[in-house]
Amino acid sequence: MKRLRSVDDFVFFREELGRETKDQTTVRVCSGTGCRAAGAAEVREAFVEEIERQGVEVRVTTSGCQGLCQRGPLVTIEPQRLFYQHVRPFDVPAIVDLTLKRERPIERLLHRTPDEKIVSWRDDIPFYKKQERVILRNCGRIDPTDIRDSIRVGGYSGLAKVLAEKAPEEVIAEIKAAGLRGRGGAGFSTGRKWELCRSQRGTPKYVICNGDEGDPGAFMDRSILEGDPHSVIEGMIVAAYAIGDMTEGFIYVRAEYPLAVKNLSIAIAQAEELGLLGRNILGSGLNFHIEIKRGAGAFVCGESTALMYSIEGSRGMPRQTPPRSVERGLWGKPTVLNNVKTFALVPMIVNQGADWFAGIGTERSKGTQVFALTGKVQNTGLVEVPMGITIRELVYEIGGGTLGGGRCKAVQIGGPSGGCIPENLFDTPIDFDSLQEIGAMMGSGGLVVMDESDCMVAIARYFLAFTQQESCGKCPPCRIGTYRMLQIMDRIVEGKGETGDIERLQTLGREIQETALCALGRSAPNPILTTIRHFREEYEAHIHEKRCPVGVCYSPGRYRILEEECLHCGLCMDVCEEEAISSGRRGYTIDPDECIGCGRCRGVCPAEAIVVEEQVTA
Amino acid sequence: MADENQGELTARLTPILDRYEGRRGVLVSLLQDVQAEFGFLEEKVMSTVAEALKLPLSHLYGVTSFYSQFYFKPRGKHIVRVCTGTACHIRGAPAIQARLEDELGICAGETTEDLVFTLETVNCVGCCALAPVVTVNDRVLNRREQRKLSGWIREQRAP
Repeated sequence: MKRLRSVDDFVFFREELGRETKDQTTVRVCSGTGCRAAGAAEVREAFVEEIERQGVEVRVTTSGCQGLCQRGPLVTIEPQRLFYQHVRPFDVPAIVDLTLKRERPIERLLHRTPDEKIVSWRDDIPFYKKQERVILRNCGRIDPTDIRDSIRVGGYSGLAKVLAEKAPEEVIAEIKAAGLRGRGGAGFSTGRKWELCRSQRGTPKYVICNGDEGDPGAFMDRSILEGDPHSVIEGMIVAAYAIGDMTEGFIYVRAEYPLAVKNLSIAIAQAEELGLLGRNILGSGLNFHIEIKRGAGAFVCGESTALMYSIEGSRGMPRQTPPRSVERGLWGKPTVLNNVKTFALVPMIVNQGADWFAGIGTERSKGTQVFALTGKVQNTGLVEVPMGITIRELVYEIGGGTLGGGRCKAVQIGGPSGGCIPENLFDTPIDFDSLQEIGAMMGSGGLVVMDESDCMVAIARYFLAFTQQESCGKCPPCRIGTYRMLQIMDRIVEGKGETGDIERLQTLGREIQETALCALGRSAPNPILTTIRHFREEYEAHIHEKRCPVGVCYSPGRYRILEEECLHCGLCMDVCEEEAISSGRRGYTIDPDECIGCGRCRGVCPAEAIVVEEQVTA
Repeated sequence: MADENQGELTARLTPILDRYEGRRGVLVSLLQDVQAEFGFLEEKVMSTVAEALKLPLSHLYGVTSFYSQFYFKPRGKHIVRVCTGTACHIRGAPAIQARLEDELGICAGETTEDLVFTLETVNCVGCCALAPVVTVNDRVLNRREQRKLSGWIREQRAP
């Protein structure tokens, strides 16, 4: 690839790319983590082989996560606009022969809605219909390892526009006018942050992309870094230009994300080769380099000051603020740190304008947010919705309801720092402020759906155990306080709870919220406090009646098939992946030693013959 | 004998140290590379690095012991990880972890005596659609493979 020396060069290059691939048939095999685990690599190989064997002119390529991980491996075929699901290598010869050669879709691989309607294209599937994919615009639509694919769909156009038309102050004004709030969880105004950093005297300044996504059950940032690294890089370059006095930026990636590191490295190398990154970017005189820093496994490093210490090569422990990072950040210099999603949004805002962005979302929370929709939900996957959508719409219309079709009990939003929201508050709009009001928080976007077979006390204990383990130990409220809370939770779950434990938890929780050093510590009690607030009766049952209302606490084996209700259809045995269900002369039985309590069998049982036994503890 | 070992050690360390020569804030990355080369951070290796960097060994230990992905003991040939992320947790990860601990005879975080298996938990591997998730040597197992895991473990153990 030739180095591009000016904005005009870039525009010409982009137009040329567009002409090259017009009308070419493209087979795109999703290679997100979910699809790869389901065998996407084998499917891709099969396509390459089969296309060669049958001699068709088709481009086979990959993409990042397309979102509907539940139905992987996913394959899209354009321009025919076909969206195949659960594709296996032995389906490939038929696809090549029928679809690619004779233009006939294969119905059995297409999406079926619950009412058995066949949908051939992605955007028409209910899961995607309600979504508005802005941050995820390119995820699943481009090959992340080929910069040309990115440029073809508008990548780096925002940067080119900024360099050609806008002064740095104008860029900041635009971001501010758009009302962009940081997507890392706290929701601070991005434009304001940049402006503060720009006004600082110290030089050089630094920009950092926080890709240390550590929440259990959250994989939004990972999918963006893996599937569309160029948008993040472009956003960072725009930030460097707008803030000024910057030549170096860092992307801090969590240790568990090797593919993100790989794809980012490729993206950075390709951008440098084209002159979109490095010295004298597009002939504008802007010099900017990006370095990837791999995390080494510490959840607290997602906190901004801790992350900076980690980049400096020290123990990643948070410090007291102020001074804030925009005043004294990395190596004591003014530093802007934003989340992956925030940077991915920047190119869109400068490209489409502040008005366009401000037109999405609510009064005080603009734009869209990405959620990793997981747990007991039909459609597990990555979704992006405009701010202000209700939790109900998200869970039922996009998520398709609960996995077993049972009643949804609550959602946990914002990971271990967030809170549980009960079903009766599902009409709450999802935006920064509404969530705060009901004791939860946006967090970085994990959303776990729980049904009536989940014990809220056990879930709260699970989150607390996580933050307690990840506490860095610097400040006593977090180090000792969360440990004390965990001890109380442990005895409640074991059926040894004492009268007054709920009040003790509340007092301790409030004290930690007020006195801990960093946001991780201050938010650690949230899951406990919100579950006490909304599910107090479950705590009381554990403490006073020594029982777990849903029978989760203590050993599994709580699933049982009611003999008199059972229709002997065998569906439960088919879906049980643990092979815990067997058939005998007297019908079907569940082996308590093998059962892990995933709930799949209950979901398929037409007679509602499978019950979760209430279990008496202690 | 000892000197010979030391010589070999230095030879393996030199390219890594050279790569980071004169750059600041690289201690974590440097030690990650050292660990990739040696498998785990043995005291001898650590003290050689400390000497080369003119830093106290205690400082290196302070940094490495903070992060969960630095290891001070040898690790197994196969790394088995159980995802304990939220989605996996509510779909049965604790039961799977208990079963693997039973089969391997070790707790999560430990390595079998014959150095064949290390069992670990991980917070989220990012494919919650497949929950509960188990990975072997960084490969996410699909359903079929997961069911065959017990057999595979026995196979690896057979002499």
